[in-house]
Amino acid sequence: MDTDARKLLLEKMLYARRFEERCFEAYMEREIGGFLHLYVGQEACVFGVMAAARAGEDAVITGYRDHVHGLAVGMDSKLMMAELFGKESGCCHGRGGSMHLFDLQKQFYGGYAIVGAPFALAIGLAKAIQLQKRDQIAICILGDAACNQGTFHESLNMAALWQLPVLFVCENNLYGIGTRIDRSTAVTELIERAKGCGVTGAQADGQDIEAVFEASKVAVEHVRSGQGPYFLELKTYRFRGHSMSDSNVYRDKSEEEQWAGRDPIQILKNRMLESQEITEEEYKSLDKEILDTIENEVVAFARQAPSPDVEDLEKYVLCDTDGDSEQGVNTNG
Amino acid sequence: MSKITLVEAVNQALEYEMAHNNNVIILGEDVGKNGGVFRATLDLQSKFGEERVLDTPLAESMIVGTAVGMATQGLRPVAEIQFMGFIYPAFDQIINHASRLRNRTRGRLHCPLVIRAPYGGGIHAPEHHSESTEALFAHVPGLRVVIPSSPLRAYGLLLAAIRDNDPVLFLEPKRIYRMVKQEVPNKGEALPLDECFVLRSGTDITLVTWGAMVHETMKVAESLALQGVEAEVIDVATIKPLDIDTILQSVEKTGRCVIVQEAAKTCSVGAEIAAQIAEQGLLYLCAPIQRVSGFDTVMPLFKLEDYYMPSENRIYSAVKQTMEFA
Repeated sequence: MDTDARKLLLEKMLYARRFEERCFEAYMEREIGGFLHLYVGQEACVFGVMAAARAGEDAVITGYRDHVHGLAVGMDSKLMMAELFGKESGCCHGRGGSMHLFDLQKQFYGGYAIVGAPFALAIGLAKAIQLQKRDQIAICILGDAACNQGTFHESLNMAALWQLPVLFVCENNLYGIGTRIDRSTAVTELIERAKGCGVTGAQADGQDIEAVFEASKVAVEHVRSGQGPYFLELKTYRFRGHSMSDSNVYRDKSEEEQWAGRDPIQILKNRMLESQEITEEEYKSLDKEILDTIENEVVAFARQAPSPDVEDLEKYVLCDTDGDSEQGVNTNG
Repeated sequence: MSKITLVEAVNQALEYEMAHNNNVIILGEDVGKNGGVFRATLDLQSKFGEERVLDTPLAESMIVGTAVGMATQGLRPVAEIQFMGFIYPAFDQIINHASRLRNRTRGRLHCPLVIRAPYGGGIHAPEHHSESTEALFAHVPGLRVVIPSSPLRAYGLLLAAIRDNDPVLFLEPKRIYRMVKQEVPNKGEALPLDECFVLRSGTDITLVTWGAMVHETMKVAESLALQGVEAEVIDVATIKPLDIDTILQSVEKTGRCVIVQEAAKTCSVGAEIAAQIAEQGLLYLCAPIQRVSGFDTVMPLFKLEDYYMPSENRIYSAVKQTMEFA
């Protein structure tokens, strides 16, 4: 990876980190409602994958920890923050919230609150791509706990049988809320389960974005070249609680400290400092620029945006009854 | 023109729409090579190919989830669930996703999807193969729930369901799959969704029903006519959204109403209809609304099935009580 590519990824990860830290503050100040699940610590996963895919063109679907996935496909962070604030200007007009970000223009089919459910939706996306012979792949990004749902097995079986153009990315952060993987799952190397369904794949270090990128290039190439589905398991760690209400009593402090030493941003930053691709001053200045942008543009936009109108409460339930003018097939872009 | 059964009308509608719209895709267990457990999709795979009629594994959640994903891409999937009692693994995909995508994306994603399932009792099948749980789905905002009661309405309403831009649960009363034959012109003409069908005009009492129970109710209406009582019979057809206006207009005229349904009584569609009549038409009524219903228990095995299902006798007694009320 060249210096420009590394710099871009460092900037993206840092932006995502500061964006979510600001979300945390806004949640504590009750400007954000509807729960909040932060991705802090896992940033290398989705940015590494999307650097290898066609961000904004490939169809992406994920779970509820979806803010950084939205950023990684190229969503406008102002519209995302407004959504978290529950405002009409948000990407779902304040009806989806933190767990349901969505952007059709970026082919982001959304975050979904229901654990494991998007596996099956991804099969539908991939089947449509296959039937319509489109130059696109589906990327389904879920966590380790989602792999214990029935839809995981149902969907991977279907993907393998139909040889679908779908990349499954498993962000294995070792915990389903407060239950460690070895207390919930008999086969803890999830790649083995995928293989059992007939889906090939690989594992990679989810804290090192360059390792994720290299593994993702192989994965994306496999799927795009028509060789069927692929399962990429990324070993990672969520630095904060499951959600804002998480007392976080279930993890050893020593384990947390060990993983804190593997911060994906620090790993890339240190590598770039050592190779003199960036200086500490440049990093600090980048950080300040990001913080200013988030405060002065993103949060300010979300704050001033209008709230949803009560008059609209019952709209968009069924198409024939709400006077919606956009009837017809879905638009793809 | 030869006469066809309800299940043949379903097949004819599917074939018509597949021939006229390449985006229509059928998927489900046994729908292809086997032609469906009730033969509703007979010969469609050989006519339209394996890319249009997809045999899937026994995995209802995945079937419906896949259909939802396909629907977001401009396709019009028609998923078959073999029996209504097998639909529960797919609840999550129906309630959490199919019904909400449109609202959550403020109309940028539609979910033009039909889920067909044979439903209802009367064929001496075990419980999951006989029950009527349409109210579970009628409760959910963002779904249409449609139940045909004749070959003509099965054809016209299924065409409408496939062409509709919302997810439609299309429940086919299996007891009458082969009971009645009708001439069904294969011209691709849809019938309106969201509207009741007034099957018989009358001035003395309104009988509201849907699905297979339409047949018992019509027989009772005919025998009442011999006694000088003219019953108006309404086939609700689309139970959600409910065309309450047609029902209210009838009740305003007759002043009396009996609702006939196979489903368990509590929190049923019949309960909703009765509540809406009470809210909007209480002063039209000369007698309390009655519900002839299944019981609040698990659908029994075949020895007790006839007792569970509303019979002509039970409908007749309810009508008699209603007519005799001061």
